[in-house]
Amino acid sequence: MNAILPDVSRRGFLITVSAAGAMFGLGHPAQAAEAFAPTIWYGIDRQGVVTVHIIRAEMGQHVGTAIARIVADELEADWSKVRIDHVDSDPKWGLMVTGGSWSVWQSYPLYSQAGAAGRIALIEAGAKLMGVTPADCIARNGAVVAGKRSVSYGEIVAKGDLSRTFTAEQLAKLPMKPASERRIVGKPGGAQDIPAKTNGQAKYGLDAKVPGMVYARPKLPPTRYGSTVVSIDETAAKAVPGYIRAIALEDPSGTVPGWVMVYADSFVAADRATEALKVTWKAGETAKVAEADLQSRARALIADKTAGSQVVEDPGVDAAFAAAKSTLEQTYTTSTALHFQMEPVNALAFEKDGLFEIHTGNQWQSLVLPWLATALGRKEETIVLRTYMLGGGFGRRLNGDYAVGAALASKAIGGKPVKMVMTRADDTRFDSPRSPSVQTLRMAFGDAGRVTAMEHHACAGWPTQAMAPFFMPKGGNGVPYDPFAISGANHWYTVGAQRVRAVQNDLANRTMRPGWLRSVGPGWTNWAVESFMDEAAAQAGVDPLAFRLKMLDAAGRNAGSAPNAVGGAKRQAAVLKRLADKAGWGKPLPKNTGLGLATTFGQERDMPTWVACAARVAVDPATGAVTVEKLTLVADAGTIVHPDGALAQMEGAALWGMSLALLEGSAFENGQPKDTNLDSYTPLRMADVPDVEVEFIASTEVPVGLGEPATTVVGPAIGNAIFRAVGARVRDLPIRPEAVKAAMKA
Amino acid sequence: MTSFRLNGREVSVQAPDDAPLLWTIRDEAGLTGTKFGCGIGQCGACTVHVNGDAVRSCITPTGSVAGQSVTTIEGLDPKGQHPLQMAWIEAQAPQCGYCQSGQIMQAAALLKANPKPSDADIEAGMTGNLCRCMAYIRIKKAIKAAAAKGVAA
Repeated sequence: MNAILPDVSRRGFLITVSAAGAMFGLGHPAQAAEAFAPTIWYGIDRQGVVTVHIIRAEMGQHVGTAIARIVADELEADWSKVRIDHVDSDPKWGLMVTGGSWSVWQSYPLYSQAGAAGRIALIEAGAKLMGVTPADCIARNGAVVAGKRSVSYGEIVAKGDLSRTFTAEQLAKLPMKPASERRIVGKPGGAQDIPAKTNGQAKYGLDAKVPGMVYARPKLPPTRYGSTVVSIDETAAKAVPGYIRAIALEDPSGTVPGWVMVYADSFVAADRATEALKVTWKAGETAKVAEADLQSRARALIADKTAGSQVVEDPGVDAAFAAAKSTLEQTYTTSTALHFQMEPVNALAFEKDGLFEIHTGNQWQSLVLPWLATALGRKEETIVLRTYMLGGGFGRRLNGDYAVGAALASKAIGGKPVKMVMTRADDTRFDSPRSPSVQTLRMAFGDAGRVTAMEHHACAGWPTQAMAPFFMPKGGNGVPYDPFAISGANHWYTVGAQRVRAVQNDLANRTMRPGWLRSVGPGWTNWAVESFMDEAAAQAGVDPLAFRLKMLDAAGRNAGSAPNAVGGAKRQAAVLKRLADKAGWGKPLPKNTGLGLATTFGQERDMPTWVACAARVAVDPATGAVTVEKLTLVADAGTIVHPDGALAQMEGAALWGMSLALLEGSAFENGQPKDTNLDSYTPLRMADVPDVEVEFIASTEVPVGLGEPATTVVGPAIGNAIFRAVGARVRDLPIRPEAVKAAMKA
Repeated sequence: MTSFRLNGREVSVQAPDDAPLLWTIRDEAGLTGTKFGCGIGQCGACTVHVNGDAVRSCITPTGSVAGQSVTTIEGLDPKGQHPLQMAWIEAQAPQCGYCQSGQIMQAAALLKANPKPSDADIEAGMTGNLCRCMAYIRIKKAIKAAAAKGVAA
């Protein structure tokens, strides 16, 4: 199933490459005067400065540095002369999306080959300048070297004959360096974006401005969908100095239905006028929906065996359960979770010289451009998204709905520049939350506790249904499903006959615009899978580590395959074993303290990042309060391109997992999330941070993703640790002290 | 109209007295290093110094700083090389970076009041500053490194 997304995106790149055709003629006339641009991905100027074009959004993962390292290594560039250019939207870049922990994995082959092509051409041209043969030369540190002589890349670009061309097919066949020859990939070094993030100079969407712009804040309707404006009373708003006007937006794309835009000459005035403005809406049908309604709808759909899509449907599941010596069934839930990226969504929009410009931070330009085209009634080619740093993404900015609101706000006043800023409460009310979920898991045991079958039924709101239905593959019964709302359930354990069923919570999809939140499906499916594995081990009377290792046998479909999943479940087992040693599994701990394990394959079977976590927690038996003392993580992510950045991603993702497990979680109330600001939604703070220890398995395999996988293991590791500390099994996320206390009594 | 010192320069702004200082600094004075996060003083992204004390500019009325001295991230050090800024780079602390102006301004006020803070002092002093990327491990490391070197150095 997981092939779907990466394949689509990879195809996007290839189309770009082949559509560009002749552009691979090195020294393309249009660029020759300025620079050597062997592919669209980078150029070299006459001073030898290499500018790498980055189509991925920078939102804290230092993605530009990682991708530039890939080019620079194969190009044998001088790293001190490598620059990063985060590009604006343009069809030539192909699919523009930053998510799924895909950036390095997808970029690695393309940017490596691009670097290699440049190196080959520079060696040929450099050899000619020195009057030697290419075979006499090597490329090193931004120069072509023949014995004691050398010529720099800048000199070659200025003087050399860079006429060598590569077809797309030739590029794709260029061999990559052996790992032993890597000089930048995998080596220590800092991120290029960091200095500007310490002195106030980094430019985020909120910082975008143009002369003559007015400010706007949307007055949001009572429901995400289906509300219509009945009347607008400006009386009180007109008393706010600086107020200009209010306009009910017309949105043919249906992205921002019922929004009323409030214009003023400053943000403060727009904010106050929005509060003062009286709008009467006819509310949509979900105006009274509460969290409990969403959960009960999910439970009803899970009970209906005909609902949903068959993601995995092995023969013999029902027979195995019928013949089982014993069975286990448990149900797990997760509550609505919110992004709370630090920078509330905002955008500056205007029309200039026939082009509609949207200045904003965004994670999925290729998704929002068609929405903008429909909303504005113009062709995509006449719309451009200007790129800025993102004050946090975490999936919120995959949904570019805010760009549509800003663009329509500008269109409504003749294309004049409008800077739309949503307040924190606006941002949160219309966040694309992680939908609440309900999951029921079953296991069948045969003789001697052998696992003979497993079922996993998961129901939640589906982000991909809401925003990118073209990305949905079909299950065995022909019903499309959201891979981002089930991945994780199709794990690498050998469990006999397996059934995985994904069900869309239709009420959730009507009530909210469900979102992709850091670690997406695996962030909550693994809460169920990995909690259940410990419960199953207990039922089988087996140590949970041994129970898992026995099933991570790399048999059958879990054997793995080249290039992305070489070794399969064997690598997951190796990670788990290393973790157990590192964390001291089996050693005695103080009373009311427990060590819990969890392991996953990260985001997708087609791009497994093998990861495991041991959480050591202390539980106060009087209150049920949980203190996380230490998180130990081990990951096998293949080749690590930017080690310090990789470590930072593991640290942040692990703490996200802990925050989601213990401190976050909201609830729908009257059709919207009840927590709209940080006074009641309380993500982890510095004082909550436990000891965190991270280890990467040394590997030269394909580099896979690291932005999310650590998030997937921490919650269940904590839940399992609580059980081992005080015997309390919790099945609902977030884990509240009252629930721990209640489970202790049970 | 309100007059005050902003990063050592006298400025006069037109913003109403009750407009939050955050937006006056960003949109009228044009210094965008100070960020908007929550608007209710709960995230710390908007932290600036007023007479050396860390305050949340999103809930500070512009009129209240009349005649006072306000310092933003842009004015913390003329070259952006305050020991904390150097320590932040050394520790590779920022991820998305959006909260970091506020984190650094808060840490600068903390170290000024308590040049050798314990871990608990750092946690207590920084608890009002949310980092949604959760780069806390490195933020703490950077503060300790700057304190070890002596922040006045």
